[in-house]
Amino acid sequence: MQHTMTVLVENRPGVLARVSGLFARRGFNIESLAVSSTDDPSISRMTIVVAGEDNVLEQITKQLRKLVDVAKVLDYQDIPIVQRELAMIKVNAEATKRAEIMQIADIFRAKIIDISEKTFTVEVTGSNEKVNAITNMLSPYGIIELVRTGRIAMMRGEKTP
Amino acid sequence: MKLTGAQALLECLKREGVDTIFGYPGGYVIPLYDCLYDFPAIKHILVRHEQGAAHAADGYARATGKVGVCLATSGPGATNLITGIATAYMDSIPMVAITGQAKTTALGKDAFQEADTTGITMPITKHNFLIKKVADLPEIVAKAFHIARTGRPGPVLIDVPQDILNGHLDYKPVEKVEIPSYKPNTEGHPMQIRKAARAIASAKRPVLYIGGGVISSGASREVVELSERTHILVTTTLMGKGAIPESHPHSLGMLGMHGTAYANYAVAHADLLIAVGARFDDRVTGKLDAFAQKAKVIHIDIDPTEVGKTVHVDIPIVGDCKSVLTDLLKKVEPKVASEWNEQIMKWKNEYPLCYKKSTDGLNPQYIIEQINKVTDCGAIIATGVGQHQMWSSQYINCTFPRQFISSGGLGTMGFGLPAGIGAKLGCPDKDVFVIEGDGSIQMNIQELMTAVAYGIPVKIVILNNKYLGMVRQWQELFWKRRYSATNIEAQPDFVKLAEAYGAVGMRIEREDQVEEALKKAMEINNLPVVMDFHILREENVYPMIPAGQSVEDMMGHK
Repeated sequence: MQHTMTVLVENRPGVLARVSGLFARRGFNIESLAVSSTDDPSISRMTIVVAGEDNVLEQITKQLRKLVDVAKVLDYQDIPIVQRELAMIKVNAEATKRAEIMQIADIFRAKIIDISEKTFTVEVTGSNEKVNAITNMLSPYGIIELVRTGRIAMMRGEKTP
Repeated sequence: MKLTGAQALLECLKREGVDTIFGYPGGYVIPLYDCLYDFPAIKHILVRHEQGAAHAADGYARATGKVGVCLATSGPGATNLITGIATAYMDSIPMVAITGQAKTTALGKDAFQEADTTGITMPITKHNFLIKKVADLPEIVAKAFHIARTGRPGPVLIDVPQDILNGHLDYKPVEKVEIPSYKPNTEGHPMQIRKAARAIASAKRPVLYIGGGVISSGASREVVELSERTHILVTTTLMGKGAIPESHPHSLGMLGMHGTAYANYAVAHADLLIAVGARFDDRVTGKLDAFAQKAKVIHIDIDPTEVGKTVHVDIPIVGDCKSVLTDLLKKVEPKVASEWNEQIMKWKNEYPLCYKKSTDGLNPQYIIEQINKVTDCGAIIATGVGQHQMWSSQYINCTFPRQFISSGGLGTMGFGLPAGIGAKLGCPDKDVFVIEGDGSIQMNIQELMTAVAYGIPVKIVILNNKYLGMVRQWQELFWKRRYSATNIEAQPDFVKLAEAYGAVGMRIEREDQVEEALKKAMEINNLPVVMDFHILREENVYPMIPAGQSVEDMMGHK
């Protein structure tokens, strides 16, 4: 089962190693990870996507809470959230194909943020599935480079972690 | 006040009430060692190997309840502490380990004696710090002690680069430690406590299962009171030994792999298991599917991570054992001894802890019984790891908490001697017996020199069977007696070895010499004594529930 969780931590060196170390110890591969400071510069927010058995992840969640540098852990199982990923896709775009690619980008509400004689760089944001979908659509043209951020997530409505 | 980092560090230790530190110098910590001259209130014990420093600090902490402090240089000094830190971590012992480090400007550049100490110790410390600015030093030291001693206690490491020790700061004492992300919950939830009280009231076959958390939170009196009020009998883990006097009629001794048959039967048939400061370790539960099958479980523990970790818990109560038990006692009604108590007593009579006295050799169990006798059950006991440890856990009759000092979780051979030294320094008014095996003692035998150098009169009992006995026992029982690499007949003459170190040595081969030797050792108060007891070579620890099996599979009980 895939879990998306938010971890609020003290913004200081070594914290990421402590957090990721807990997953590594139990043989979990972190599928995606996004970290940045928040409106409070002393606090960093991590969004972690990981797949694994629910009971083991519950244990890991508790162990995360136990880390001295970790302030809050929230596993969004059964909690409605909005979530986004961002990708930049550099794709072959010869003159004859440009219109088609722009049309695809349009459908996905993606933006072309860089252009060269032979390439477009497309920026897309959205759910994991949406990013996968546009990647699939663009791959026939030849994807030269692709970079994706980890997922970021927030609870719907007024609630905060 | 203008101080150097080294001065500030010692000033901070003094403020934390540290009177003893166990350490070993090295290049990057010379500034700190130099400063020791100016802090006579802090006694530095020079060990002979850094592992000994960590175990001694650990033994000091276990015996006194205070934070143990050890000190080593960078690189190999720090890595030599590792086993000791991991030992303390597994048994939740409050400890602060201070390590030297290369200069901040040299970090990560493979400087001489540089190791990534905070990286290495991350999974075996409760928390660790690398000091990057000398001005941060007082706050970090205060935080380290706070973290080590509060919540579920554990070791904290502070890595101090040399330029931090030599740097200068405007020192102001830290009055209050504030860590927003660290706030252990000590009070149990009132509703859960009411639920527990109701479960206790309605239980027909309850058992109290007491672990090391009771010792560290100082809740022994509450445990005894709960047991006496409700007539619920008490079994303890290795770490919980001493939580209730073992001569108390309600004590069932230890449970688990080498626990008493009656404690294990009681747990197997219980309808309510009240776990307090215990963590359902595999040495206790054996096969999980068969453990306490009929029982509802109340689990009182300060660490929420432990709740439901291995066993389903019906009534979890997260909080400090002493605080929760105090609240629980306000809600629990007296109960009378029931048929259940009689049933357990019947098991106790039917399957007592016993051994067959041999005529052709010395029984280790007998020696331990004699230790009880000559010390009037008043000595602190520190053990190594192996058969001797389990015999001690079975036959040492504990009368008070913090009396039994042993590496439970990590099972660290060589723990006994340095831990015993630490315990004796922490409790100078108590006699300290170190019970070791001939294998285990050799893992930290160098600390005999430390004991001699400081005149620390620990009484060292070696139960010598010239085997790595516990592994040999498993080989005998489960590996067709193929004693691969467990015969250690090639060993030093421990009497001569003791004398070479300047200690007193004795060899005991017959039963009629045992009591006399122990009494003689009790009279020596300025030197360690090594008593080399040549015991039956192939005596086993029984009863035994083989690893991963259940009470049904218990061996060697009557």
